[in-house]
Amino acid sequence: MDVTTEAKQIMVQALSKMYSSRTQRGGLRLHRSLLLTLVMKSARDIYHSARLTSEKTGQSDTHGVTESTSQAEEPMDTTSSTTTPLRATATQAIEDGQRSGLEGHSHLHEPAGLTVDKENCNPARMDRHSRKRRSKTATEPDFLPCKKAKLEFAEVRGILQASQNNSANCGRALDSLSLVPMPRTIVTF
Amino acid sequence: MVSGAGGGGNDVQWCFSQVKGAIDDDVAEADIISTVEFNHSGELLATGDKGGRVVIFQQETENKSQPQCRSEYNVYSTFQSHEPEFDYLKSLEIEEKINKIRWLPQKNAAQFLLSTNDKTIKLWKISERDKRPEGYNLKEEDGRYRDATTITTLRVPVFRPMDLMVEASPRRVFANAHTYHINSISVNSDNETYLSADDLRINLWHLEITDRSFNIVDIKPANMEELTEVITAAEFHPHQCNTFVYSSSKGTIRLCDMRASALCDKHSKLFEEPEDPSNRSFFSEIISSISDVKFSHNGRYMMTRDYLSVKIWDLNMENRPVHEYLRSKLCSLYENDCIFDKFECCWNGNDSVVMTGSYNNFFRMLDRTQRRDVTLEASRESCKPRQVLKPRRVCAGGKRKKDEISVDSLDFNKKILHTAWHPQENIIAVATTNNLYIFQEKVN
Repeated sequence: MDVTTEAKQIMVQALSKMYSSRTQRGGLRLHRSLLLTLVMKSARDIYHSARLTSEKTGQSDTHGVTESTSQAEEPMDTTSSTTTPLRATATQAIEDGQRSGLEGHSHLHEPAGLTVDKENCNPARMDRHSRKRRSKTATEPDFLPCKKAKLEFAEVRGILQASQNNSANCGRALDSLSLVPMPRTIVTF
Repeated sequence: MVSGAGGGGNDVQWCFSQVKGAIDDDVAEADIISTVEFNHSGELLATGDKGGRVVIFQQETENKSQPQCRSEYNVYSTFQSHEPEFDYLKSLEIEEKINKIRWLPQKNAAQFLLSTNDKTIKLWKISERDKRPEGYNLKEEDGRYRDATTITTLRVPVFRPMDLMVEASPRRVFANAHTYHINSISVNSDNETYLSADDLRINLWHLEITDRSFNIVDIKPANMEELTEVITAAEFHPHQCNTFVYSSSKGTIRLCDMRASALCDKHSKLFEEPEDPSNRSFFSEIISSISDVKFSHNGRYMMTRDYLSVKIWDLNMENRPVHEYLRSKLCSLYENDCIFDKFECCWNGNDSVVMTGSYNNFFRMLDRTQRRDVTLEASRESCKPRQVLKPRRVCAGGKRKKDEISVDSLDFNKKILHTAWHPQENIIAVATTNNLYIFQEKVN
């Protein structure tokens, strides 16, 4: 399997596991949440470096690390969106998450170790290639739910289509997702 | 009969002794065994389950006339240790699952154990009653009070034997000291204190005092966004009452000395092994997380269990793979959540062999002196009395030999997470999902 595809799949699964652990009996497990966060970070880093490598081999030089036109609909432009899990239950979990709020641990606005990940957000480089506004990319790492997360329908659709876990529920999930404002935090400790 | 100090991994032939639990393939969630522990003499074996119950088995006194018939473990006491609770403030349910049981050394006729769920530790007293007073003056035998006017004589009540009754009563409840989920408890060698550890903190308790505990380790960062590791297990040194270790999700172990300072955030010694860069994968962080740490009985070594291996630490660290064939399957194991399974490990009585569980109801014995390993299976198929267990082999790839099982055929739902070794004899207790298997050394 292509490294970038594998990385994406792992990230999607991590998010889905994080969402489902919110509804687990006994509350959110700090250890598990931390491990999932670390896996996401690992996958994201590997994804980034794999994309950089493929860029350097001259696939295309007009696209940022988060976009590629060589493949159909793969806008990993997640500064303003999240790689959302595809199951319909994820939507429910989001709503639950918003309702339950603090779960005995202080909020993590961004998963541990990923706060304003400067090494991965090189503003200068981003500027050259990305079509995103500079301020956004400079402060917000990719693949993370950002504080001002704004779900852009087209981007989510693209992610969902590109992901190998597409299921028949995709369309339904999308509809509900576009109506529900994304939570500020995914991982709460 | 007794092999002496429980030695030998591969010299010993293991045979089936008993199995406890329902035979049903449909496992009730409450019956899932979550902890197994022998007491200090090995006479008692306790299990805890997801339903919050504790079951204690007792070894029958040996039948001298039949030396071949090794003593069996039979149910001694069963009680509900923890109930599900609800934390209204945080809107969270607190599971009743028993995470750990630890026995106290026996001081008098009664037995004491500590059992814990995610938030509360309880001290239980288990005592026997085999006689009762009879012949009260003011009460009938059934307890009803007699009409005082009908009493014309006085007699002295006497104790008469009765059927053995084993009573379990909660003597102490140690609550409200943990914000996060308790993963370990460990009784100190001073027999007065014990520690309890959650993801971020370790507390020291006095067994007599329930309304207060001392925080001795706190790794919670000021800003939770900076959290990079959590505490996964902790244990007191078996002889040095000032020393304890705790393991982390990063694969490190810290040895702490309580004499150094009140708060033991700064370790006396840090043990870690740098990762082999050729093994680096998406899952490196998950698989290096330590799920269990155990001192050897003599206190000279520590053993840790991470996802793929057992490591024995002192100045020279021994690294023993448990199921290395899983390394190439980490992606699927991540998908089905098995990569988050927390395996425990244990030492035999003379610290020459260590044991840990694996998948497909396999468990592994790793001999330290002879550097040989064996894989055995706990299954209903090998349940005939004194049936010798055959070593199992897993074929990692390529041509599968006869009697080997291929990695892809392993049942990952059948996992052995909890195992215990009798402190003196070659008797082991191995917990599958909802059954407890007892194996013993073959005697001729």
